[in-house]
Amino acid sequence: MTKTTNPAHEVVAGNGLLHRRLFLTQGAAVVGGGLSLLAAQPVDAEPLAVPPWMKAPGTHMSAYGSPSKYEAATQRFVGGTPNVVGSGVSFTPHHKLHGTITPNSLHFERHHSGVPDIDPAAHKLLIHGAVRRSLTFTVDSLLRYPTVTRIQFLECAGNSGGNLSPMPPQAPCGMIHGLMSCSEWTGVPLALLLEEAGVEKGNEWVLAEGADAAAMSRSVPLKKLMDDAMIALYQNGERLRPENGYPMRLFLPGYEGNMNVKWLRRLKVVNAPTMTRDETSHYTDVLLNGKALILTYPMEVKSVITSPSTGLALKGAGVYEVTGLAWSGLGKIRRVEVSADGGKTWGQAALNEPVLSKSFTRFRMAWHWSGGPATLMSRAIDETGAVQPTRASFIVERGERQNYHNNSIQAWAVAASGEVSNVYA
Amino acid sequence: MSTRNECIGVFAVAVCAAAWPTLAGAQVGAPGLGQPVSVADAAAWDLSIQPDGTGLPAGSGTAATGAQLFATHCIACHGAGGVGQPNDKLVGGQGTLTQFQQVRTVGSYWPYATTIFDYIRRAMPFQAPESLTNDQVYALTAYLLAENGIIKAGDTMNAQTLPQVKMPNRDGFIMAYPKRADRGRR
Ligand code: HEC
Repeated sequence: MTKTTNPAHEVVAGNGLLHRRLFLTQGAAVVGGGLSLLAAQPVDAEPLAVPPWMKAPGTHMSAYGSPSKYEAATQRFVGGTPNVVGSGVSFTPHHKLHGTITPNSLHFERHHSGVPDIDPAAHKLLIHGAVRRSLTFTVDSLLRYPTVTRIQFLECAGNSGGNLSPMPPQAPCGMIHGLMSCSEWTGVPLALLLEEAGVEKGNEWVLAEGADAAAMSRSVPLKKLMDDAMIALYQNGERLRPENGYPMRLFLPGYEGNMNVKWLRRLKVVNAPTMTRDETSHYTDVLLNGKALILTYPMEVKSVITSPSTGLALKGAGVYEVTGLAWSGLGKIRRVEVSADGGKTWGQAALNEPVLSKSFTRFRMAWHWSGGPATLMSRAIDETGAVQPTRASFIVERGERQNYHNNSIQAWAVAASGEVSNVYA
Repeated sequence: MSTRNECIGVFAVAVCAAAWPTLAGAQVGAPGLGQPVSVADAAAWDLSIQPDGTGLPAGSGTAATGAQLFATHCIACHGAGGVGQPNDKLVGGQGTLTQFQQVRTVGSYWPYATTIFDYIRRAMPFQAPESLTNDQVYALTAYLLAENGIIKAGDTMNAQTLPQVKMPNRDGFIMAYPKRADRGRR
C-alpha cells in the first residue's frame, strides 16, 4: 500500500491539527496509510450475509422524490412567536448536511405573517414611483426575460444571535447558526426592469414590498439593485418554494436576509429610505451606549464548524475531518483557519472548490484527536482582508444581549468522553 | 447620476453579449414586456409612507377614539394600554437602551412617527391586516403616541401633523450605509 506517515509529522497547529495537504490530491491515501496503524482492528464477527433488498425488486419510480425514511430526523427546527400562527423562524440543520447547497425543503424560514398561497396567474409585480413609466409584470412575462444564475447564501441578520447571551446555548449547530442557507438562484437581473421603467434622476432608494399578510417591506439602495440584484424565480433548479417567496422574490447577494423580500409585489423608486418598521424597530444593531446602527446591510465574513458540533460526539481517539462553512457578504473567502487549542495556534484548512463570491465555501481540516480535551474554532478571512472577529471583541461595543449581525467565532469544546458542547473561548 | 447610467449600459451589454451575441446596445437585453399602468392605478397598491409624510392619506384621528379601537382590536395581543403580552410591548421602555434588558417600543426606540401609521395600516390587527379605515389608523397612531407621552391627549393626527411629531429616539441612530456596505465594520 501507500507509505505510512506518522500523523505527528504532519502537525501544523496545536492539539493535533494536521496539514491540509492530507486532503489534497493523493493525500487521502497518505492519511489512510498513517491511520491504518490506529484503526485497522477487525471487529466484525458476523458473517457477511446477502441483504434482503438484493433479493427482491425495489419500489417503482416516483414523480417527485423524497429523502430516505431513515433520514426522517433531518428536519428544520421550527420556532414561533407566541400566540400567533405565521410569525417565526425555522432553522437549517447544518450539522446533518454536507457540501454547500441547502436542499429546498431545508432552507431556513423567517415569516412575519405566514406563507401566502399565491396563484401565479393572479400575481403581478408593480414598478412605480419616480420612474418615467409605471409598469406591471406578470410571472409569465418575467419567465421570458434573460436570466442570471448564481450560487449564493442567504443569512438572517438574527442568525447566531443566541451566542450573544451570557451563557452559551447548548443546542445543535443548526439551531444556533441555522438561519442561513445557500442555493443556486436563477432570475431576472433587476437592472433590466428598472431600465425599462426608467428611473428619474435624484432618486437613490427603492421600497420593496411583499404580498404576504404583513406586506413586509424594506428600503434598498438603487445602487445595489443595479449592481447584482435579481428577481429570483428558481431555487436549485425548480421554481421557488412557497416559503421562499413563490412565485418571485428579491435576491440581494450578501445583504441581510430580511431585505430579500419574498412574494415580491411592488418596487417603488423614492428619494430616501422609507424607514419601515422592519428597518427601524427590527434589524438595527443597538450598541451598549444606547445608539443603534441603522441600514446595516452586508452579512460580514464568518465561518462555523458544522462537525464536530454539539450532539455529534466523537467515538474514540483518532483522525477526524473537522469541517464547516465559511462565507462573506462582501466577496469570496480567501482563507479559513482552524484551532484545536481554543485559539492559541491555528492551521490553514483546505477549501473545497469552487470558491464563489457571497456564497458558502466548505472547508475541511484533518485532526488527530488524542482523546484529551480540545476546543475547536474556525476563523475566516475574506478577499477584502476582513478577519472574522472573536466573540470577546464582538461584544465590546454591543454587550452580551440580543442583537443582529453576530459574525463572531464559534468554539466547540470536546471533552475526553467525546461529547461536544458550545463554549465561549 | 452618470455613474449609474454607465453601470446600466455595461450591465445590459454584458447580458446581451451572453444571451444574444449578434445583438448589441442597451435596449436589446430585455423583451420589454412591462404593462404600463397609470399613476392613479398604481396608487391603489401603494401602502408605504415616507418619513416626510409623502404617501399619508386624507383623514384624521385622536387618542380618545384610538383608545376605544385599541380595546376592540389590539388589546388581546398587546395588553391593556399596550403594555405587552402575549405580543410586543408598544409603550414605555424609555431609558432602557443601555441596559441588559433593552425595552424597545414605539415610544423608546422608533425614530419616525410615520412608521407607526405605515405599519398598523399594512400589518395590524395581525389576523385582519388592511381592515381598518385611514381615520381609524390615525386614531390608533395618536393613541400610541399619547400613551407614550409623545403627543398631548387632545392632539389630532393627520397628514400634516404626524410627520411633525419628533420621536424621543429620533437622534439615536447611526447611518451604517453606505460606508458599511462597501467596507464592512472596519
Ligand atoms: C392576534 C394578535 C395581534 C393583534 C390582535 C394585534 N397585534 Fe400587533 N402584533 C402582533 C404580532 C405577532 C406582532 C409582531 C409581528 C412580527 O413578527 O413581525 C405585532 C406587532 C405590532 C407592532 C410593532 C411592534 C414593534 O415594536 O415592532 C405594532 C405597532 C402593533 N403590532 C400594533 C397593533 C395594533 C395597533 C393593533 C390593533 C389594531 C394590533 N397590533 C393588533 C400581534 C397582534
